[in-house]
Amino acid sequence: MLLQALAFYVFAAVTVASGAMVVVSRNPVYSVLFLILAFFNAAALFLLIGAEFIAMILVIVYVGAVAVLFLFVVMMLDINLVELREGFLKYLPVGAMIGVVLLAEILLGLGVLGTGSATIAALNKQGAQVLAVDNTRAIGRVLYTQYFYLFQVAGIVLLVAMIGAIVLTLRTRPGVRRQKVGDQINRTKEQAMTVVKVPTRGGV
Amino acid sequence: MTIGLGHYLTVASVLFTLGILGIFLNRKNVIVILMCVELMLLAVNINLVAFSIFEGNVVGQVFAMLVLTVAAAEAAIGLAILVVYFRNRGTIAVEDINTMKG
Repeated sequence: MLLQALAFYVFAAVTVASGAMVVVSRNPVYSVLFLILAFFNAAALFLLIGAEFIAMILVIVYVGAVAVLFLFVVMMLDINLVELREGFLKYLPVGAMIGVVLLAEILLGLGVLGTGSATIAALNKQGAQVLAVDNTRAIGRVLYTQYFYLFQVAGIVLLVAMIGAIVLTLRTRPGVRRQKVGDQINRTKEQAMTVVKVPTRGGV
Repeated sequence: MTIGLGHYLTVASVLFTLGILGIFLNRKNVIVILMCVELMLLAVNINLVAFSIFEGNVVGQVFAMLVLTVAAAEAAIGLAILVVYFRNRGTIAVEDINTMKG
């Protein structure tokens, strides 16, 4: 139990620290790398609590797809880092104040500090629930029966996002000669060659 | 010294606040703003999963997966818009995005 608590504190500390580094990092590339670190540690937190499926999905989707996409875009765009950092210190006092106030409100509301929600306190006392079947099976039982339409809507959302991203970034450059396979296949013998009667000793 | 629901909710709320703080501080950099939105969605996911585990109800994890889907779609579309914008204007500073005078 002590080991579990220790692991939780390590993973939580690294998650929060890398989240902070995402915000304050000077270079967007470092921000993306710290974002990846935060996602990994959040996945470890999920593993600790017993949500294995979500943890693995987090690694696959967030680290494997989203963070790499961010990395590609950050590296592809030639952006002026100095210009983008302007105003960081100007907004720091107001931002920090809003952040502190918001965090204090959330924590007070959560009942972590001894006040607030009774439900959370009761759940806290009750501890983690152990399901009868393993995590992935339990999710599958609900996801493919009760929430099947929601699952399909999620698929449609991904499809629309994919098509949208392709349509947005596709561009037809003028002046580029491309191979037109359809035209090539549709070309007939009559278009391609002509038979010329060449008279003997006359030449063409 | 057991780790309870409150611990997870605290981590999630700190991450959420960091996301909001990042949006305030990096007012010019759209990429970092998008990353902060991802951080906030991660915090929401931690909340959903923690409640799901401590309630013994697996539906929260199903919804966490849906949040993940929407986050992935949002990142794809947002970055595609960003790439197109950069191609047209040569900058991604937020202040220059004012063509529509909104």
